[in-house]
Amino acid sequence: MTYNKLKRIDLIFHEDCDCSQVLEKTFSKSNDEIINDILESGLKGRGGAGFPTGLKWKFTAEQPADERFVICNADEGEPGTFKDREILFKVPSKVFSGMAVCAKVIGAKKGYIYLRGEYRFLLPQLSKALDVFHKEIKDLLDFEIIIQMGSGAYICGEESALFESMEGKRGEPRNKPPYPTVAGFRDKPTVINNVETLVYAFMICKHGPTKFKELGTSDSRGSKVFSISGDTPIAGIYELELGMSLDHFVEEFGDGDTKAVQVGGAAGFCVPRKKFRDTIIGFEGVPTGGSMKVFNSSRSMYNVLHNYLEFFEEESCGQCTPCRVGCQQLIKGIEAVKKGEQKAAYLDQLLKLSETMKQASKCGLGQSVANSFSSIVENFREEMIY
Amino acid sequence: MPEVQELVKSLADKYGRKRENLLHILQGIVEQERYLSDVALTEVARELDLSAAQVYGTATFYTFLDTEPRGKFVIRVCRTITCDMKGKNRIIQAIEDALKIRLGETTQNNKFTLLETNCMGWCHEGPAMLINDQAYTKLTEEKVIEIINDYAKK
Repeated sequence: MTYNKLKRIDLIFHEDCDCSQVLEKTFSKSNDEIINDILESGLKGRGGAGFPTGLKWKFTAEQPADERFVICNADEGEPGTFKDREILFKVPSKVFSGMAVCAKVIGAKKGYIYLRGEYRFLLPQLSKALDVFHKEIKDLLDFEIIIQMGSGAYICGEESALFESMEGKRGEPRNKPPYPTVAGFRDKPTVINNVETLVYAFMICKHGPTKFKELGTSDSRGSKVFSISGDTPIAGIYELELGMSLDHFVEEFGDGDTKAVQVGGAAGFCVPRKKFRDTIIGFEGVPTGGSMKVFNSSRSMYNVLHNYLEFFEEESCGQCTPCRVGCQQLIKGIEAVKKGEQKAAYLDQLLKLSETMKQASKCGLGQSVANSFSSIVENFREEMIY
Repeated sequence: MPEVQELVKSLADKYGRKRENLLHILQGIVEQERYLSDVALTEVARELDLSAAQVYGTATFYTFLDTEPRGKFVIRVCRTITCDMKGKNRIIQAIEDALKIRLGETTQNNKFTLLETNCMGWCHEGPAMLINDQAYTKLTEEKVIEIINDYAKK
């Protein structure tokens, strides 16, 4: 198995680059050239799902329409993820610039930033930065960015739920297809990218695809911003090269007594100590939108799972039965096993239920409950029972 | 309640009367009133020509669009795993003792409401809480009492 050593990178937060200068240089290229640069870099979406960014842009640009949109998904709600807040706080003009490049390529006149309600305190500062940015690009591009606030709903980070919310409705995910590249916001072709993805796209325009491509592995190019929390003496936000082994990660960030790492938040996977060495952080191993939660041996994994399930139960939009009822039954189920009201073998029934949720739920929320559920129950079965 | 009517009308004038503007208007009301009363919701429905059920259904989908009366300062303590591990229960206990209310309640003088909320993106600096829009992190029992006392004077 090949993996990279843990390496800290300084791309995203590095220096305050002259964004309008980079934009001017980028805009001297043709749209095809820009898309090819992004494709060539191998950049995949940083929100967690990992769709190739260049393809998303290409599909949207090719879709016949009278209007197209670019949306920055700043509804960062995955438990353990807080890197987009830092990016928006420290380098907002790079986010705006990434949106501008995308707008030029797909032919969008309007862009939106959907900012989670919990980050409303960023609004005055962001609006000010946006005013400056609009003035700077006035002669370069006919493009306006509008900030729209969320109101505390995790599910609105799901792209189609986000469109619904932006259209003034309940944030309930839509059926797919059609995908956003065909029918997104107001049913128009829409590029929706995570905050971090847009910044990387811009950094690729600045430095060229090669510098980005040199980092990471063949499946996971480049670096990524990680949000690291839990039982670690150095919790915080770190940009790291993709493709490291979890072993190296724990060596750097653990407290010497790490028993498990939850990779990818509540919707992600729990990796126990014995699997650290064989787990790669990246799209070929365990992918993450950036959330890394470290647990040491003083923690009860039952409590961790219970906390995640309560989270999902409350944040489930309730639209489809597998997710709505499934979340409730999983909580009741593990509580019953813990109290001894059900035999330990009941956990296997619950595992089957979580698999059904994975198969039958309408969107990523219900589909990913099984990730944390099965990885915690299977690896820490004893803790679920006693 | 002519005040609410006026507020709804001014927000509808500002944002527009399309369905797409509904969330902006509801957010605007909450910013002023801290919650959406039945009167406000009905008024929005009338102003935007939607059914009251559509407006209510949208409002109740969102955690921050409260439909119950809230205090001037809404305290939301993060309950998700890292803040839980770092002692959010002690923080809630300290606030409960200081304000003489339980979780979910509002003080008699309508100044404070105490709630829990899901992950708010401060896991590396937990325990964390929001008071209205402002985030407070790395809380201790002493620190949280100080913060509450400051707000009590406002």
